[in-house]
Amino acid sequence: MSSVVRGARIVHTVSGRRKFVDRFARVLVWLAFAVAIVPLAWVLYTVVARGFEALLLPTWFTNSLQGILPKEFAGGVGHAIYGSIIQALIASVISVPLGIMVAIYLVEYGRGALARATTFMVDILSGIPSIVAALFVFALWITTLGFDRSAFAVSIALVLLMVPVIVRSTEEMLKLVPMDLREASYALGVNKMRTILRIVLPTSLSGIVSGVLLAVARVMGETAPVLVLVGYSRSMNYNVFEGNMASLPLLIYTEFTNPYPAGQLRIWGASLTLILLIALLNIFARVIAWAIERRRA
Amino acid sequence: MNAAERGRSGRTADRIFSGFATGSGALVVVVIGLIALFLLIQAVPSLMANQANFFTSSDFSTGNVEELSFGIRDLLIVTVLSSALALVLAVPVAIGIALFLTQYAPQRLAHGLSIIVDLLAAVPSIVFGLWGTLVLAPAIVPFELWLNGTLGWIPFFARGNVSIEGGGTIFTAGVVLAIMILPIITAVTREVYRQTPRAHMEGALALGATHWEVVRMTVLPFGRSGTIAASMLGLGRALGETIAVLIILRTSATPSMFSLFDGGYTFASKIASAAAEFSQPLSTGAYIAAGFVLFVLTFIVNGIARVVASPGEGGKINWRNALRRHR
Amino acid sequence: MSKRIEVEDLDVYYGSFLAVEGVSLDIASRTVTALIGPSGCGKSTFLRTLNRMHEVTPGGRVSGSVLIDSEDIYGSKVDPVLVRRQVGMVFQRPNPFPTMSIRDNVLAGVKLTGGRMSRSESDELVESSLTGANLWNEVKDRLDKPGSGLSGGQQQRLCIARAIAVKPDVILMDEPCSALDPISTLAIEDLIEELKNDYTIVIVTHNMQQASRVSDRTAFFNIAGTGKPGKLIEYDDTTTIFSKPSVQATEDYVSGKFG
Repeated sequence: MSSVVRGARIVHTVSGRRKFVDRFARVLVWLAFAVAIVPLAWVLYTVVARGFEALLLPTWFTNSLQGILPKEFAGGVGHAIYGSIIQALIASVISVPLGIMVAIYLVEYGRGALARATTFMVDILSGIPSIVAALFVFALWITTLGFDRSAFAVSIALVLLMVPVIVRSTEEMLKLVPMDLREASYALGVNKMRTILRIVLPTSLSGIVSGVLLAVARVMGETAPVLVLVGYSRSMNYNVFEGNMASLPLLIYTEFTNPYPAGQLRIWGASLTLILLIALLNIFARVIAWAIERRRA
Repeated sequence: MNAAERGRSGRTADRIFSGFATGSGALVVVVIGLIALFLLIQAVPSLMANQANFFTSSDFSTGNVEELSFGIRDLLIVTVLSSALALVLAVPVAIGIALFLTQYAPQRLAHGLSIIVDLLAAVPSIVFGLWGTLVLAPAIVPFELWLNGTLGWIPFFARGNVSIEGGGTIFTAGVVLAIMILPIITAVTREVYRQTPRAHMEGALALGATHWEVVRMTVLPFGRSGTIAASMLGLGRALGETIAVLIILRTSATPSMFSLFDGGYTFASKIASAAAEFSQPLSTGAYIAAGFVLFVLTFIVNGIARVVASPGEGGKINWRNALRRHR
Repeated sequence: MSKRIEVEDLDVYYGSFLAVEGVSLDIASRTVTALIGPSGCGKSTFLRTLNRMHEVTPGGRVSGSVLIDSEDIYGSKVDPVLVRRQVGMVFQRPNPFPTMSIRDNVLAGVKLTGGRMSRSESDELVESSLTGANLWNEVKDRLDKPGSGLSGGQQQRLCIARAIAVKPDVILMDEPCSALDPISTLAIEDLIEELKNDYTIVIVTHNMQQASRVSDRTAFFNIAGTGKPGKLIEYDDTTTIFSKPSVQATEDYVSGKFG
């Protein structure tokens, strides 16, 4: 910093070098943001440009690939959409109550060593790669317990992936409920369970619901579990406990090696479908959160 | 006490509910233990039948159960190289974006802009794999060739065991991984920077510092351990990324040459590559052994992230809030 | 419907830290008793032991006894949840349940504790509770609207209605007016004057004028220094406390020399 004494006043000027560094840093930071946008835009553009034609096929969302030759562009990915949704749905049925209960434990009950261990393990669980979760389910469900590969096995792996997400977002929501409200309930002579179920949970409901939907959106795109735990099918299979079942990521992976243009169109179309499905879930999550809050006001 | 008049308090139900809650907490802890246990149980027979050194061999032949020979040397090298490259690329950019969103962007737009960055997290990994190998790889081959030409004397940039022109190199995979882990590092770092106490920043400003100097003096140091934690989380994600890497990396017959222009498998992609054929317990066990190593690696990395993340003054910063959208 | 309270040698702890020491006092039924004293002297902590809310805080425990109509609420077989149905509480900040309408708020105490009532019975209860809280006329046309739409003073009266709907014997109030404007405060003070005909009321307040207006007897708590336990210094008729207190510390406090 250069200071110039003029008469009785001291005037400080910011040196040219410091100004330059400041400007340079600003440019870098804006650049960093641009660097994030470029791949996003590029990926989305690619998927839309190469895939939207597939979605124009009238049977795209409803039919399966049963009886369709690799080089034929016909049929659809309805069987894969069904597979993705049903696997996520079954996983949700198990992971949502479990995740919420763990969050309730951590916020409302947890003291001491078990609570510390639990919150640590939830973090570990959230960092477990999907392939490791899939391997574990394989080792437990299929090798040890002797079941066959099935969509249900995939759902079990998805449960492992969804639970930590649900726990953390529910935990945040529960912590936002002021202690005042719980005390008001206790002071009326309501026991802890009813206070949690009838006062605390309903107050945080909108956040919990959107957290669940976000967890579902996250696991929809998981490929590793479907590779390990279920076989691919070209036709519709409604049975989650038996037989092969398609899902969008599995379809993309399998068709990837199809050299014909039809195959390429299918994989990009399926990619676009998957992204749309995830986007829909995200939007739905926000809408539901808004709707629940609105009903309250 | 007039207890009879006041009805039952539901004491038993309350106790049962409390038990359920505690039980689910315990269940989480037990499950992690089970994962370690089951993976180990399935891996040990194969490890015992292994004819090669698990840690130093580059082989991975599980076809013939009598002559099981598998080692993780190459897997380790490829995993470390690809993840390290991803980190080196992603962390500075993430810091830049986090600074942008919290310190430089117009505040009214900051929320919308951060949603755009979060959108990257919504793209599934298989789509990144497709795009990476079919679109990005051909586009950066010229750059890779240039790197190899100019810096080829450094082992990292020397010719590897696959062709650079083919595009299926660790370099390409690392770039795609960097893009994939960017959202999670950015989200946590942003949360940390956002919580820099205003008092510190205003104090620096009052000393006559430029905007950048304020950032450098307050935001960056305050957020240092949070950024480290964020990077660990990103590293964990990169280590476990399966399908994008599987699709992008070309396989090679020759062992790894420590080059970024090698091909091969990471732990995750190796396991996935054989997944459809898990039939024989002994050969499957080899892959499960690799899976166990991956489990341990991610356990450690995530453990470090947790331990490191109590930065700044005034107690823990709430960085988990940022993780809600990023599994 | 209201009862006398006898506190015998009560010590109040947070873990191993003694917060309030050796309190003994008797409260007659259908009276209003004010607890006054400087910040941190333990008056709110003591109040919360009267309905076993103190144990909701982690580490909260007591030794000694609190008898309500000669039954120790800290007896070994006593369920705290049931105690709290007998001793109601109104908090410093109004806290109506946000997910419920005004009507449901009033009925919350009954419904959440398993009570079943016909529609007409619950309507009656809502009306009588809201009337008892001087709120009926203001909200009778919007019982199904959420409680959060009311002003602060109305919300606090809603909380009072909710508390009396479970027909307690005692009502505890922890600085019920400190978050309210002066007009609402007076409204609540008038309400307390009416409620005392049916309930035993104990009110913590740091506003001495309020204590002298509203209460029949006053208890002065004080603390020797930080880290030391709070103690009951003097307990007497309100008029005496404020005109001729026996202990110097009381005199100093009520004349504003400290606190």
